Amino acid sequence: MVQKDAQRLALFLLLMPFALWILLLIVLPHLGIGYLSIREKIGPRQYEFGPGNYIDFISEPIYWNTLLRTATMSVLVTVLTLFIGFPVAYYIAKVAGRRSRAGLFLLCLIPLWVSDLVRAFGWIVLLRETGVVSGFLQWTGLVSGPVEFLYNDAAVVIGLIYTVVLFMIVPIVSTLDGMDDALIEAGYNLGGSRWTVLRRIVIPYAMPGIVAGCIVVFMLTAGSYLTPILLGGKNSMWFTEQIYDQFITRYNWESGATFGVVLLAFTSFVVWLGLKLTGQNLANTVAKG
Amino acid sequence: MTTVRTTLIATTALGLVLSGGFTAAQAETLRLLTWGGYAPDKVIELFEQKYPDIDVEVTLSNNEEMISKLRATGGAGYDLAQPSHDRIFAVQKEYGIYKPLDLSKIDTAVMSEKLLDGVKANTTIDGAVYAVPHQWGTSGLMADKSKAPDIKSWADLCDPKYKGKTSMRLRRTILLGTAFAMGENPFEAYSDLAKYQALLDKVADKLIACKDNIKVYWQGGDDLANLMLSGEIVASETWDSTAFKLYNQNNNIVFVPPETGALAWIDTFAIPSGGEADDAAYKWINFVLQPEIVTMMSASTGAIAAVKNGGDLLPEEAKAAVAAAFTPADIDNLKFFANIPPGVEDMEGKTLEKIKAATGG
Repeated sequence: MVQKDAQRLALFLLLMPFALWILLLIVLPHLGIGYLSIREKIGPRQYEFGPGNYIDFISEPIYWNTLLRTATMSVLVTVLTLFIGFPVAYYIAKVAGRRSRAGLFLLCLIPLWVSDLVRAFGWIVLLRETGVVSGFLQWTGLVSGPVEFLYNDAAVVIGLIYTVVLFMIVPIVSTLDGMDDALIEAGYNLGGSRWTVLRRIVIPYAMPGIVAGCIVVFMLTAGSYLTPILLGGKNSMWFTEQIYDQFITRYNWESGATFGVVLLAFTSFVVWLGLKLTGQNLANTVAKG
Repeated sequence: MTTVRTTLIATTALGLVLSGGFTAAQAETLRLLTWGGYAPDKVIELFEQKYPDIDVEVTLSNNEEMISKLRATGGAGYDLAQPSHDRIFAVQKEYGIYKPLDLSKIDTAVMSEKLLDGVKANTTIDGAVYAVPHQWGTSGLMADKSKAPDIKSWADLCDPKYKGKTSMRLRRTILLGTAFAMGENPFEAYSDLAKYQALLDKVADKLIACKDNIKVYWQGGDDLANLMLSGEIVASETWDSTAFKLYNQNNNIVFVPPETGALAWIDTFAIPSGGEADDAAYKWINFVLQPEIVTMMSASTGAIAAVKNGGDLLPEEAKAAVAAAFTPADIDNLKFFANIPPGVEDMEGKTLEKIKAATGG
C-alpha cells in the first residue's frame, strides 16, 4: 500500500510542472483574455458586459483587412516554406549519408541559436539601401544607383521563411526517417517515374510530418511580431501589431483582448480548413508525427 | 508515505525560511521605471556610494509602456516613474496608478519655476500634486543641411522634392505637428472632441497623401539615427536629443524647430501608488537635481534638466548643438504639450491606424 502511494505521489509530482504550466501560463491567461474581451468600457472605471468589442471589430474594415492580410501572407509563407523545406528534409533523411546528416541538421539549427531580433537586424543589414546586397549590385555594375530591398512585403516574407523553415524541416525529417527505403525501390521496380514515386509514395508517407510542419509554421507566422515590424514598410500592418497598439498605445485592453481571441479563433479555423481540404485530421498527423 | 510527506514538508519549510531570510537581509531597493539614458551607470554608482543601503534597479521604457505596466499591476512593482507631463492627469483619473507627492521632501527651489508651475498645473488633482519636472526637450524636425536646406515646417516632410527621402514616427506628435502646420491649434480643439475629430480627419487625409513621400516610419532613436547617418533619408521628424547626438557625428545634421513652434515635453518624476521605497525615491529626485549630476544626466539623455540654469549645465558639445538649433525666438515659440483629456488617446490611435493601413499616396 505504502509502495503504491509513493508511486502515485511520484507520478503526481512528475506531472505537476506540466499541469502548472498548462494551467498558469495557458489556461488562466486565455480565460483572462476572454473575460476582458466581453467587457465594454462605458466611462472612466466603469464597465459592463456585452459583445460591443466584437461588433467594433467587425464594423471596422481596417481591422479585418489587417487580419485577412496577415492570414494570406502567413499561408503564402507556409506554402513557400514547404517548397523550400521539403527538398531539404528529403535530402537530410534519405539522400545524405549517416555522418553528414548530423552536420546538415546542425546547420539548420544554427540560425535558431540567435534571437529573432538579431536575425531581423541581420536581414536589415543585408537588404537596406546602403546595405550589403545593394552595395554588391552596384559594385558589379548591374544597377547604377542604390536599391532599396527593405521595407516591403517581400522582405517580410523572406524574413519569416528564414525564421520558421526549421519548424518545417524537423517534422518532415522525422517522419521520412521512419520510411523504409525499400518502399521507394519497390516503386521504381514497378516502373514508377521519379515524379510518380514522389507523388504516390513519398508524399503520402510524409503527410503527417508535412501537416504538422504546416500547422506549426502557419501559427508561428501569424503570431509573429518582430519580423513584420522591423522588415515591413509603411503600408505593412501585421495583426499582432494591431493587438500591441490596442494594449499599449491606446490603453484599450478590452479591444486588444478581443483581437487576441479573434486571432486565435481565426487561425484555428484556417488550420481546421486546411485539414479538411487535405482530408487529414489531427489524430493521424500531428499526434503521430 | 510518512517519510515522503515529512521530507516534503521539511523541504518546503526550509525553502520558506531561506527565501524569507534572503528578503529580510537585502538592502532597500529603488526600482526606477524610466527612459533610456535617464539612469546612467555613473549616476547610479555615485548615488549608491552616497546611500550604501539603497540598491537601484532600472527598467527602461517609454510613455505608453510605463502606463501599461503600472496599470497591469495597479501601480505596484516600481518605486519611481518618469512619464511625460501630459500623460499623467487622465491616466491618474482613470487608473489611479500614482500617489500624491510630498513636495516638502523635494528640493523644489532648484527647479525652474516656469517648468515646475507648468507641471504642477498639469498634474494637480483634488489639490494633490502628482508630478514634478525632471528633464525637458522638444520634438521637431531634423534635416541634413547639405541635402535638404529648406526644411522649415512639418509639412515640408511631404514636399515631393524629397520623395522617398523623409521619415517620421507614426505617433501622436506628427498628428499634432501636422495640425499646427495646417494653421490649426489642436490643443485648443481638445475641449470639443467632435471638433478635434474633424481636425484629426483632415490631418489623416494629409498624412495619407504624404505616405508616398515617406521612406519608412521610424520606430526608435537608433533606427532613426541609422537612417539619417547613412543618408538614406535627408529629413525627418525627430526628438531634439536624437538630432543633437547626430550633430556631434555630422555637423550637417541639425535640429530644425518647425516655424509653427517645436513641441515641448517635460519628463517628470511620479511615484506609483504601489511604490514601496518613497524615501529612496525622494532621495533619488533630489540627488539627480544637483548641478554636477545634472550635467552627467544631460550628457546621457541629450535633454535639458528642469533646473534654474539647465541650459548652462549642458555638456559642452550639447551646448553647441543647441546653439546651432535654437534662437531665443524659437524658445519663445515652444508649444508645450497640453494635457490629454480622456478619450483623445483613443481617437488619435484610431487615426494613426487609419494612416498606417491606408495604401494611399
